[in-house]
Amino acid sequence: MARPTGAGRRAVVRDSLGVGVAVGLSGFAFGVTAAGAGISVLQACVLSLLVFTGASQFALVGALAAGGNPFTAAAGAFFLGTRNAFYGLRLSQLLALPRALRPFAAHWVIDETAAVSLAQKDRGAARLGFTVTGLSLFLLWNLTTLLGALGAEAIGDTNKWGLDAAGPAVFLALLAPMLRTATERAVAALALILGLGFLPVLPAGVPVLVAALAAPVILFLKGRRS
Amino acid sequence: MNVWIAIGATVLGCYLLKLAGLLVPAGVLERPLVQRLAALLPVALLAALTAQQTFSTGSALVVDARAAGLAAAGVALLLRAPFLIVVAAAVVVTAGVRALGG
Repeated sequence: MARPTGAGRRAVVRDSLGVGVAVGLSGFAFGVTAAGAGISVLQACVLSLLVFTGASQFALVGALAAGGNPFTAAAGAFFLGTRNAFYGLRLSQLLALPRALRPFAAHWVIDETAAVSLAQKDRGAARLGFTVTGLSLFLLWNLTTLLGALGAEAIGDTNKWGLDAAGPAVFLALLAPMLRTATERAVAALALILGLGFLPVLPAGVPVLVAALAAPVILFLKGRRS
Repeated sequence: MNVWIAIGATVLGCYLLKLAGLLVPAGVLERPLVQRLAALLPVALLAALTAQQTFSTGSALVVDARAAGLAAAGVALLLRAPFLIVVAAAVVVTAGVRALGG
């Protein structure tokens, strides 16, 4: 490392704030989508405060808006959150946090904090990146959720303003960078067919869980072919 | 009430997943099959959710202004636009198509 520590730390803080602010502002989209789905301002804020993992939050309000029962709706959100367990696994070795601190740090284990922490060169920088990204994202995400939900309530019919397209656009933006290999594209294509195909015939919330089977099915088929 | 039950279950489930990663011994989740599945599960869910929320109303399949909005988001993604621009493109185009009576 040629750079002096001070400049190195400033660079980590700058990168972390960049991610925290950019993604934190997306809380607007969540607040608006939640209000459009008939979720109250209080419920939207509780979700952002206590769930704090964007894709799961969008999935939950989408499933509730579609009339899903609470458990199938929560199951979709849960499956989307499974990746956080794998981030936690990596981060636990990298950050080496004291045991007493882990239950608190766990709340901030999400895509963005994992991405920033894992990109750092040493433990100190990783801890700094995790803390600054987590703090800035948490504060902004909750603030913009509140503003988005209040704003959407104020303007009335959110569909008229096209705000019902915000949820699927968020999913597409999260999905796009994951479609790197043929396997991932095959999983996406099969999930799309299952998700739409079963929509008219199964209760709300269940088709998306059936679509999740695309992952093991494609893995199995790929395993048999090779 | 149903909404609060769903919120409670999601809060608990999502937090336990995050905590599990930090507490579980590395070996348990390090198996290659588990890792592959964990990487592909979000792909399947996000694809299904994107399609459903674009092409359905309740349990009916429909093609409406949202499809145009999602196409705009796709173009924005191909142009490497920032996250918020992608979402804004979808919203603006959807509202525009609706305003034109689409």
